[in-house]
Amino acid sequence: MSFYLVQFLSGLATAATLFLVSSGLTIVFGVTRIVNFAHGSFYMLGAYIGWSLIERWGTTPMGFWGGVALASLAVGLLGALMEVGLLRRLYRSPELFQLLATFGVVLIVQDVASAAWGAEDLLGRRAPGLKGSVDILDQPFPLYDLVLIGLGPVVLGLLWLLFNRTRWGTLVRAATQDREMASALGVDPARLFTGVLFLGSALAGLGGALQVPREAVTLHMDMAIVVEAFVVVVVGGMGSLTGAFVASLLIGQLQAFGILIFPQITLVLVFLFMAVVLVLRPYGLLGRAEDAPPTAASTGPPLVLASGLGRWAPALLLAALALVPLVAGDYTLIVLTEVIILALVAASLHLLIGLGGLVSFGHAAYFGLGAYGAALAVKHLAAPMPLALAAAPLLAGAGALLAGWFCVRRSGLYFAMLTLAFAQIAWSVVFQWYGVTGGDNGILGVWPPGWASGKAAYYWLTLALAGGTLLLLRRAAFAPFGYTLRAGRDSALRAEAVGIDVRRHQWLAFALAGASAGLAGGLYAFSKGSVFPTLMAVPVSVDALVMVLMGGIQTLSGPVVGAAVFHLLETQAMSLTDWWRLGLGLVIVLLVLVFPKGIAGFARDLWLRRVDR
Amino acid sequence: MTAAPLLTVRNLQAWYGRAHILMGVDLQVDRGEVVALMGRNGAGKTTTMKAVMGLLDARAGSVTFDGRDVSALPPHRIARHGLGYVPEDRRVFTDLTVEENLEVGRQPPRPGAPAWTPERLYALFPNLAEMRGRRGGRMSGGEQQMLTLARTLMGNPSLVLLDEPSEGLAPRIVQQMAEAVRTLKAEGLSILLSEQNLSFAGAVADRACVIEKGRIRFDGPMRTLLDDEDARRAYLAV
Repeated sequence: MSFYLVQFLSGLATAATLFLVSSGLTIVFGVTRIVNFAHGSFYMLGAYIGWSLIERWGTTPMGFWGGVALASLAVGLLGALMEVGLLRRLYRSPELFQLLATFGVVLIVQDVASAAWGAEDLLGRRAPGLKGSVDILDQPFPLYDLVLIGLGPVVLGLLWLLFNRTRWGTLVRAATQDREMASALGVDPARLFTGVLFLGSALAGLGGALQVPREAVTLHMDMAIVVEAFVVVVVGGMGSLTGAFVASLLIGQLQAFGILIFPQITLVLVFLFMAVVLVLRPYGLLGRAEDAPPTAASTGPPLVLASGLGRWAPALLLAALALVPLVAGDYTLIVLTEVIILALVAASLHLLIGLGGLVSFGHAAYFGLGAYGAALAVKHLAAPMPLALAAAPLLAGAGALLAGWFCVRRSGLYFAMLTLAFAQIAWSVVFQWYGVTGGDNGILGVWPPGWASGKAAYYWLTLALAGGTLLLLRRAAFAPFGYTLRAGRDSALRAEAVGIDVRRHQWLAFALAGASAGLAGGLYAFSKGSVFPTLMAVPVSVDALVMVLMGGIQTLSGPVVGAAVFHLLETQAMSLTDWWRLGLGLVIVLLVLVFPKGIAGFARDLWLRRVDR
Repeated sequence: MTAAPLLTVRNLQAWYGRAHILMGVDLQVDRGEVVALMGRNGAGKTTTMKAVMGLLDARAGSVTFDGRDVSALPPHRIARHGLGYVPEDRRVFTDLTVEENLEVGRQPPRPGAPAWTPERLYALFPNLAEMRGRRGGRMSGGEQQMLTLARTLMGNPSLVLLDEPSEGLAPRIVQQMAEAVRTLKAEGLSILLSEQNLSFAGAVADRACVIEKGRIRFDGPMRTLLDDEDARRAYLAV
């Protein structure tokens, strides 16, 4: 019995930290409508800054708690800085851009933190006066964790007072509901939002600094916590403080007891919980329906089939690419093979975003499922390559059918969060199912047979399969299927009124996109000879989004161009410098700020302007 | 007092996307005057108000308020100069109580404009006094209209842009609104109201401007419009 009590208490301590971080995330979301990926980075920075301050002054209680408070303030200031420098320019941009911009900040913070504190894990000093433990029914329980448990409700209470009993809080709630009306009444929304970012980020920083005595400070803290905080915020209802509190408690307990019952699938459990909650209660436990579901991406001018020479451009490009092996060396062919594979990933994602208006934040799952489909077929069934390559889109397509059934029930941000959740589920399964997938070690020895092992031969094979699928996707865009998708994107209600089953088409598109990405994954597995769980991780999903964004979501050729530019930049940058994350982060931020229509969209605008004259 | 008008709008243009809505609106409001901006649906009444308030990005032309050029200022700066705005769709903060809604509108008092407190407003709109703690979302349309006007008055404006105050309200409430507008005028407040309801406008306004297809077609005393059947038929279809 006492064992369970202690387990329950440690769940509460986890919940307290979760609540600190997710309350900040939900406040920032409620007001700015931006899902801030960088929130996890602020948590991590809070931990690092807190570690430094506690190392210096943390021998006395004054020094320790002063250091924690100072770290929180410093991180709050950074958050305010991000609002002024970046977010302020994005409030009217499509969500995809906002998500990507904050992810750019994640990458920048990663490299900056690694430069400032090094890549080694840092162990912090324990809180003076709270080093021991107390016996609870004869079971020892850390004193410090008891303090944390008490802190959660205190912070909830203070935040409630702030938002309900002060003028500032009243103005924030007003601006949250109707920014324009608030400004017409003389309220400066910009200043208010800077303050909110300060508060939200300071809460993340506080959460991070308070972790110093409990666990090692590492460079992986950011993504780990932000994904958990997303789950809490989505489960609790986006923008709801009390919801975040309740969800933190539930998820804290789920983790504490889940590890006893299903030690193998603790990670899956949390995301499964979120998926179930979202299906039962679409807006989370205490959330409310959005008046107008936010749009994922601006649609821009309608797609038209190119006329004249432009019409033959894709075929000409394919023909030209087929001739490359006659002149190019092995290295060029390897890079080009990868570019073609990534172009297929980007184009399949574009089918969802550009045509369907569905921003998927977990497309890597299907790329990865494809890669694992092929690799597992080779490893466990000793399948020959053609069969393994056929297994790739099958497994990915089946995964997409399953996940898609849930995801297309929601739109906008909730869709994005659901796709992220399913990608994390897929990732955790692959990561934790050691016996089948080899977990962290991946699967090695997935090589093509003799006839396809030459670089040129494999290049041609990739070109034929990926190129063919690309043409198929292009065809789909201009088929009635594509028109239906676009109709559903532009006005789901009107499309349904004329008899289109929007959800069904979106589901099919999800499956088609998943299967296509899966084929790309299969081709990728054989080109590398191995697969690892990282293929399904969040950064890969984001890479795909960046490719689509770089190329521009308003053209069909965009994703292909974006994939090529992105991959070439990445391979160049990674070979030249260790600071590629910083570089990539800056590129993303700049792209979002300067080219909101992407490279291809920008070029087309220039072209159209020339033609107009 | 100077004789310069409180609000002068010259050649105001505005666009929604590519649609050119205002083609060059000219109008003015003198101190203490109540002006009715009349016109059919889609003529540009609401757009004029939003453009004056700085709520539309795509706008051109000049707006001078209280001797200052405000045409390039963001809405909150314009509001702080003493220009109040009451939108047609009310837009009360539904999550906030009546008291909190008023608090959002509160600005420091300014010379030359009537000064308001919640107590004075509750006296003006007795309905609101009975529901101080009620959330905006749980009020009737008429009560919301009162609250929106009261909320704007909390900013102690010298001029209020009142967009379609009688739209969608029961006759009894329209009556109350007309009385409120007359009281406000007596307090020395200037008002530019947009209306389709000729009897409401006729009951409260000193002067009328008729807008059609993004331009002012008639500008003269309210009396003249009421007496000029041809003008009424041509511009208002009444």
